[in-house]
Amino acid sequence: MCGIVGLYTKNDRLRPELGTLLSSMLIQMSDRGPDSAGVALYRNPAAEGNGKVTVQSPDLDEESMQSLQQSLDAVFGSVSLTRRANHVVIEVPGNAMEAARMIEETHTDLRVTSSGQVIEIFKEKGLPKDVVNQYRLDGVDGTHALGHTRMATESAVTTEHSHPFSTGLDLCLVHNGSLSNHNHLRRMLMSEGIRFQTDNDSEVAAGYLTWRLSQGDDLEDALNAALRDLDGFYTFAIGTKDGFAVLRDPIACKPAVLAETDDWVAMASEYRAIAQLPGAENARIWEPEPATIYTWGG
Amino acid sequence: MKEFNLDQEEIRGLNQHLHDMPSTDPNGSVTVTNPAGKHALAVGIDTPAEVTIEGHVGYYCAGMNQQATVHINGNAGPGLAENMMSGKVIVSGNASQYCGATAHGGLLVIRGDASSRCGISMKGVDIVVGGNVGHMSAFMAQTGRLVVCGDAGAALGDSIYEARLYVRGSVANLGADCIEKEMGEEHLQEVTELLEAAGMTDCKASDFRRYGSARQLYHFNIDNAY
Amino acid sequence: MSSNRNDDWLRDSHTFSKPVIAEIQRAAREGIYDIRGFGAKRHIPTFDDLVFLGASMSRYPLEGYRETCDTSVTLGTRFAKKPIELKIPVTIAGMSFGALSAQAKEALGRGASEVGTSTTTGDGGMTPEERGHSDMLVYQLLPSRYGMNPDDLRKADAIEIVVGQGAKPGGGGMLLGQKISARVAKMRHLPEGIDQRSACRHPDWTGPDDLEIKIQELREITDWEKPIYIKVGASRVYFDTMLAVKAGADVVVVDGMQGGTAATQEVFIENVGIPTLPAVRMAVAALKEAGMHRKVQLIVSGGIRTGADVAKALALGADAVSIGSAAMIAMGDNSPELDDEYRKIGSASGYYDDWHAGRDPSGISTQDPELAKNLDPSIAGRRLANYLRVLTLEAQTIARACGKSHVHNLEPEDMVALTVEAAAMSGLPLAGTDWVPGRNGY
Repeated sequence: MCGIVGLYTKNDRLRPELGTLLSSMLIQMSDRGPDSAGVALYRNPAAEGNGKVTVQSPDLDEESMQSLQQSLDAVFGSVSLTRRANHVVIEVPGNAMEAARMIEETHTDLRVTSSGQVIEIFKEKGLPKDVVNQYRLDGVDGTHALGHTRMATESAVTTEHSHPFSTGLDLCLVHNGSLSNHNHLRRMLMSEGIRFQTDNDSEVAAGYLTWRLSQGDDLEDALNAALRDLDGFYTFAIGTKDGFAVLRDPIACKPAVLAETDDWVAMASEYRAIAQLPGAENARIWEPEPATIYTWGG
Repeated sequence: MKEFNLDQEEIRGLNQHLHDMPSTDPNGSVTVTNPAGKHALAVGIDTPAEVTIEGHVGYYCAGMNQQATVHINGNAGPGLAENMMSGKVIVSGNASQYCGATAHGGLLVIRGDASSRCGISMKGVDIVVGGNVGHMSAFMAQTGRLVVCGDAGAALGDSIYEARLYVRGSVANLGADCIEKEMGEEHLQEVTELLEAAGMTDCKASDFRRYGSARQLYHFNIDNAY
Repeated sequence: MSSNRNDDWLRDSHTFSKPVIAEIQRAAREGIYDIRGFGAKRHIPTFDDLVFLGASMSRYPLEGYRETCDTSVTLGTRFAKKPIELKIPVTIAGMSFGALSAQAKEALGRGASEVGTSTTTGDGGMTPEERGHSDMLVYQLLPSRYGMNPDDLRKADAIEIVVGQGAKPGGGGMLLGQKISARVAKMRHLPEGIDQRSACRHPDWTGPDDLEIKIQELREITDWEKPIYIKVGASRVYFDTMLAVKAGADVVVVDGMQGGTAATQEVFIENVGIPTLPAVRMAVAALKEAGMHRKVQLIVSGGIRTGADVAKALALGADAVSIGSAAMIAMGDNSPELDDEYRKIGSASGYYDDWHAGRDPSGISTQDPELAKNLDPSIAGRRLANYLRVLTLEAQTIARACGKSHVHNLEPEDMVALTVEAAAMSGLPLAGTDWVPGRNGY
């Protein structure tokens, strides 16, 4: 059980403050999720022909960063590394998904959190305010972002179990709720070639969407299929390269609030996360209907 | 008149003041500013106080209210006036899910829309909604009255007992054992009184349709099982 | 014709036993599932499969009387301004007025107060009889919210949020028309005589994240005075206990599958939920993992019958236990003196579990005023107090034999298991070995 937040900017005005604003939303959701926190930031596109892979590593310091640079250069030719605490954003030539796989194979101490043109996922155990400080999210820019605070229900509290989960390029998912048929789905998805790092139900939802997209669905088709195949209680927020989507299950017991101004669209489990956004006092506020797909930004 | 600015003061101080009022200021007024979606505001009041909250509130505002009149000039989060026993709660904007849940009495007025499960398990409260209500409203509604000036979402009155539901707009579909019933003189009278009490006089009672229990589930019968 | 008929050659089927055959025939006849009261009757590993290692050469026992063995327990130390102080580590579990007669509820209050422990309301609310006779009363918040109101909330000594119970984790309350008397109907705001339909989820929250906010509301309403318990039916006990801690509970109550109910489907009772034995271990493991053992107290229920059960639950790490079915039996349910009466209604003393039917000649699980008169609350209260004293004395006897001056100093290492299943479920070694199945070698 958890808190989820999302912020999508409609124009340039607030992009420099994206990290600051999302962090404040995340911290408001600390009570709902004291175990771990994570954010998916969409920002700083990779150069033409390149991709970005974000990895987490247990111990990173100047020395290990240097050897990491060397070993990655050896695999890819030339990479650029940007470090944030115990995560590193690696810009690589070529397809990000393949790069991610290669990195995992050649560097077994690294765990990939995301891959794509723009996405960067940082997630860790601990209180949201500590996670925000650890990754210096204040002052980070971007176009849109999702965040999650976790109260673990049936799987362990570890970094890998934290949300957002990403199983596809520039795709991520955060989830508030509890699926009831995820074990069955995981087995089916594994036989379809989707790889999982955890036994977490939310990761299954992310994998499910990746699978549908790989079968040729667009996001809306994939979410409609999810309504059919996923059982349980959920509010999902999904991040894509250019925007985000929100979906609640047909029973819709888990909360969700949406708000919109001329400058942004925000989503949160509770209104108080949205309350301090600039212009919130005049925002249009509404709740998503059950079993209805909402998308912004294509 | 006491004011609480929740940007500077704690929720505990607000509620403690309200709980002390029966002996300090039984009919007093309290204004709350900067609620910013906080939870459990003005809960457990038991005195005819007048409370005004300027802004949007979080969950369970006015929970278990007795005797007080609580105005919310904004939207309300889930569980507004849950288990209210008496008094009045009025929301200028919208209310989130389960407003009026299990409430025993008093009057709950939502000028905007109420979300899903409005009046769930209601036990005697009167709820008047100026806009629409969401799905599963009046689920297991035992007694009391729900008046909806707009539309009702899916499964209205699912598993309803003896509560009376009046809807002016469309009903997406009816829940288990909930059927439309005829509007007699006493029902028109009832709707008129409730609309007046809620200050919603631009609706006519004759525009409403009545819904209630078919009473087929009062004794278990295998042929009625779902 | 001489009879070659000889019942000796009749062979019972294990799969299609006589009770199973009778049930299939009943189902075909009536077209409705079988509903009954009481808890799981099937054979499952219980506390019987654990034994204590009494004092010998390396450990020394305490003498009776002068060398005291303290049995007091404090519940609700985490957040509540007014924790509950119990004299004995046994409380009375939630049983509703509606399921039980008013006389029975009064008797429970009398008996519990006599020995310094608490009773608990049930689905349906608080009666004046129970509040009047119970020195310490825990008020349940259930999915139905029948009879819930803030006045009673403030009158209560603690609040128990019921997520589920052991007999039917995932199920809601059930009370059939024959027990919805005028008084019960009024308290619950239901028409008299109908079959009550009950919700299985709470109406205004779903999930521990929203439960946390609900608990905040309850604390605000009661000015943070009262301990808040969360009760679950034993299912995914480790996760549930963790989540109860995270949601902000003062006390966690875990009810195993042997836990009784007034009425639910037979298949629910027998096939959903896990036994109390592994449930205790899992709950304690979660509390220890969260650093909350003894800080968030644990009450365990579901088939507690003797002081040995009490001692074993405490040794595994519980702070207290709760009794329901045993309390009813102590008061007079299933009494042998009423055997003729039980036979008239299709059962026999010691077997009667049709508590849903409301025809109990002992006057306990009925709303019939004539039958309820059979229960004298004073006498029944005394019997309950006697039984509670025996439970306490038995637990103390065992604790002293293990060298403990407080029953809470009993620990898992004071016990071993008699069967492989019990060893695996309790995490204790099989007697005579170091073997805990799944954990280490022989």
